[in-house]
Amino acid sequence: MNIRAVAVDEAARVSEIVESCRHLEGPLLPVLHKVQAEFGFIPESAKQVIAKALNLSRAEVHGVVTFYHDFRDHPAGRHTLKLCRAEACQSMGCESLAEQIKAKLGVDWHGTTSDGAITLEPVFCLGLCAQAPAAMLDGDVYARLDEDCLGEILTEARR
Amino acid sequence: MPLVPEIDYGTPASRASEMVTLTIDGREVTVPAGTSIMRASMEAGIQVPKLCATDMVDAFGSCRLCLIEVEGRNGTPASCTTPVAAGLVVHTQTERLKAIRKGVMELYISDHPLDCLTCAANGDCELQDMAGAVGLRDVRYGYEGENHVKARSAVGEVNAQWMPKDESNPYFTYDPSKCIVCSRCVRACEEVQGTFALTIEGRGFDSRVSPGAHEAFLSSECVSCGACVQACPTATLTEKSVIEIGQPEHSVVTTCAYCGVGCSFKAEMRGEELVRMVPWKDGQANRGHSCVKGRFAYGYASHKDRILNPMIREKISDPWREVTWEEAFAHVASEFRRIQYQYGRESIGGITSSRCTNEETYLVQKLIRAGFGNNNVDTCARVCHSPTGYGLGQAFGTSAGTQNFDSVEHTDVVIVIGANPTDGHPVFGSRLKKRLRQGAKLIVIDPRRIDLVRSAHIEASYHLPLKPGTNVAVLTALAHVIVTEGLFDERFIRERCDWSEFEDWAAFVSEAQHSPEETEKFTGVPADDLRGAARLYAKGGNGAIYYGLGVTEHSQGSTTVMAIANLAMATGNIGRPGVGVNPLRGQNNVQGSCDMGSFPHELPGYRHISDDATREIFEKLWGVTLNNEPGLRIPNMLDAAVEGTFKGIYIQGEDILQSDPDTKHVSAGLAAMECVVVHDLFLNETANYAHVFLPGSTFLEKDGTFTNAERRINRVRRVMTPKNGYADWEVTQKMAQAMGLKWAYSHPSEIMDEIAATTPSFAGVSYAYLEEKGSVQWPCNEKFPNGSPIMHVDGFVRGKGKFIRTEYVATDERTGPRFPLLLTTGRILSQYNVGAQTRRTANVVWHEEDLLEIHPHDAEQRGIKDGDWVKLASRSGDTTLRALITDRVAPGVVYTTFHHPTTQANVITTDFSDWATNCPEYKVTAVQISPSNGPTEWQEEYEELSRKSRRIAGKLEAAE
Repeated sequence: MNIRAVAVDEAARVSEIVESCRHLEGPLLPVLHKVQAEFGFIPESAKQVIAKALNLSRAEVHGVVTFYHDFRDHPAGRHTLKLCRAEACQSMGCESLAEQIKAKLGVDWHGTTSDGAITLEPVFCLGLCAQAPAAMLDGDVYARLDEDCLGEILTEARR
Repeated sequence: MPLVPEIDYGTPASRASEMVTLTIDGREVTVPAGTSIMRASMEAGIQVPKLCATDMVDAFGSCRLCLIEVEGRNGTPASCTTPVAAGLVVHTQTERLKAIRKGVMELYISDHPLDCLTCAANGDCELQDMAGAVGLRDVRYGYEGENHVKARSAVGEVNAQWMPKDESNPYFTYDPSKCIVCSRCVRACEEVQGTFALTIEGRGFDSRVSPGAHEAFLSSECVSCGACVQACPTATLTEKSVIEIGQPEHSVVTTCAYCGVGCSFKAEMRGEELVRMVPWKDGQANRGHSCVKGRFAYGYASHKDRILNPMIREKISDPWREVTWEEAFAHVASEFRRIQYQYGRESIGGITSSRCTNEETYLVQKLIRAGFGNNNVDTCARVCHSPTGYGLGQAFGTSAGTQNFDSVEHTDVVIVIGANPTDGHPVFGSRLKKRLRQGAKLIVIDPRRIDLVRSAHIEASYHLPLKPGTNVAVLTALAHVIVTEGLFDERFIRERCDWSEFEDWAAFVSEAQHSPEETEKFTGVPADDLRGAARLYAKGGNGAIYYGLGVTEHSQGSTTVMAIANLAMATGNIGRPGVGVNPLRGQNNVQGSCDMGSFPHELPGYRHISDDATREIFEKLWGVTLNNEPGLRIPNMLDAAVEGTFKGIYIQGEDILQSDPDTKHVSAGLAAMECVVVHDLFLNETANYAHVFLPGSTFLEKDGTFTNAERRINRVRRVMTPKNGYADWEVTQKMAQAMGLKWAYSHPSEIMDEIAATTPSFAGVSYAYLEEKGSVQWPCNEKFPNGSPIMHVDGFVRGKGKFIRTEYVATDERTGPRFPLLLTTGRILSQYNVGAQTRRTANVVWHEEDLLEIHPHDAEQRGIKDGDWVKLASRSGDTTLRALITDRVAPGVVYTTFHHPTTQANVITTDFSDWATNCPEYKVTAVQISPSNGPTEWQEEYEELSRKSRRIAGKLEAAE
């Protein structure tokens, strides 16, 4: 679990990030990406700092953050598994795969395993429709999955 | 009498001059280029179904209901986002469109409660209307699936999508279960109000309207202007008054009685009960916008504190005794006559009210001049904008602002001096912010970092945080830069002004001691910023100056006004849209009360009392001889009272004890009088010293006119019977009759006719004319039959514009070892002036007490923490209040408001005043701050006096 959030002076670091992006046209999204990369999520207090620095309202920053599912409001586990639930994957059995994985991890969608290792997220289309069902673990994509092979991948990741 | 109809064209009007002709449903329509097909249709009388479009905000194209077909084009474009083009052939109703619309509506209704009969919007719901318009008869999807409507499913499971009502705002509710996520509220908050307090959080089915970052309305950035409520097409955002009472059945257009913006409202009524106030789209000052005060804070009119019967008492220590109107009038008449017999004709006077109508003000000054036989009449403009009258009169020849509010839409550089429009004049503030977001530049000259300096999407190019009291030095330094760097407009000056006066002035401002580098030493304004600001104003395109009481309420108030006029003339920023000198007048009719001859030296229309020809007009009409010597000003009346030569006063609608400076002096003056007549809605602070109390009527209970800051004469229309029995003009008339004057006005229109007949700048004004035009800006006469939105277009009223030397003289009010800080005063959005009205509404949730703003540095030195009680002392007096630690004020400066009588901020202010007009120096007082345990002795004594003096015989103590 990312515990750096409490270790550094959050507001100061967020301000630094804002300054590093200020020259960009439409700096809000780059700022949010960097904040998420740094803290693993968008802390509530960061929204205030960003709004003030970019001369936006709290509401606007909140609206943008909540529009994108990838911006998190709390830290994820050490690894994030995104399981595709779009049409092609559904037709190839991703729904039952999802149920099996949920049972195996003991979590529902958006949940994190009790050891903090894996967070399960749904995703809608990874562009691997020809090789469905597909998933993505921390940025690496995997295709033609079944319970066994996904189980192995997860076991590997939890080590 | 029906509801005043308003057509929603769906998208804003285009300003293009090129015209385009197209065919819509077989009808030829010609509209300006850039108009949406939706608007063009509506202009042709064809209403395309719509939900997310309304003409107060730009097109958005999200509801997919306003689709149309265009011959020769593919698909079904949205009519709100598709502009017209020449020769288009548009169909708004085809089989294909009908099917799509019905399908879209079906989806909307599948996630909407079906409680229309018990819904607050029943009868005023666009969703209901559209369901009817598209012929929706059935929802095939059922209502059992995922929804935002039900708190629990049929089997009792909690519905995570459901959100409870937000009732935190005192005036409206937010019911998310009725929301169709059309974003109209979000866009109204952004585009119209400019606060950006709302957003849509989430996406897809999770999309919800969110105030702030998922906060309650009250704790969000929301300023409760009501624009979102007005924009909402459903019952999601609804006035609590509508929920409680029901839909209105008729409405009357009238004018708000709060600030000098003079917004037009529709008072929506059910019988004689006011259901809600809705800003009127055709109102030419506000263009359909409002603020929390005008829109919602009218509850004082029916507050239990309102006094409805006349009252009399012998001594101010006695309890009040309720009497009949006849007895009250007879008593006043005999007392005033007795006093005049005993102490002389000059021993009584009166104060007209900037809160009352032009007609009422005219009558009060007429009563004083014709009935009392003296010129002892003054008005509260004495303590706010009298320097504007004097300064602009000297420079331009008229005592009023030069522009209309629409002018701000054409301005490129705005200077705001000593004004805080987003709090004091919120509707103008919103219009200004809109222009700033479009790219206009802003210069703020203010000791405090007001919201305009930096808030969402606006930022001032320059903020010159001057030391209070150094206005003249800063403005002269701006002139120094403009003259020495050759930035002035020579052609304009040679054409419109006196060149030799300009040369004299130019030589004066060019002197080295006026350079920014020199003035920086005592004004605290960095020279570079000041030079930058001067260059921006002089060369940045249309330059407009807006100013408020931070300019006038100084010992050099009149000089500052002249310095502003000099700047505008030197840069050629006068006489066309987008420029000008614009005083933001504080009260609804302060312009009007000045126009109506409320000053001791002026008859209506700013004509001096010593002018024989003018006096003759009135003498003939009124059948009296008028005194040709100016009478006493308010401070002089009080001085004379303390000396024992002034014994009686009639005060209409003004609370001088709380609003005028140096409270102890005011109270001593009032206490020395033998007959103080207060004519007001409430037992105000001044009434603590009164012998006669005449109950007043509210703006909802009378006919008349108000004149706003842009000289616009707006109608005030009676929507209910006066609760006290008489409109204020009737009270004054009956008092005059009791004093033997033969007045017989049966309606305020007759008073306006008299004003028009005697006052050249109002010659063309009549109620019939106002009925036809809606409103008019004076001068309105033979020369300007349609009024004058912009003045001095072809030349100054006085002939040549006059440049006047503006030598900076430091105020005598200086900081020293005993009083090292400077106190300046101001207002806050939710409260109005002395708060007599707004304190009696739910607006107190935003501001329940006056706070002292103090810089962290000054606070730390004195061991003061946020929220501590502090004692605020000046050489005049002391009071206590709580501290608010903020860096909005500079070190060495403290700030407070004067909305609450318990604070008595004016116990602190001194009796220094403007050299020309006696306008008090509220904005600069040397003070000391120290920690405190609670109220001072004066506050406790005064509290006791108030309690005693508000006793009414036979009644429980009036609550205050």
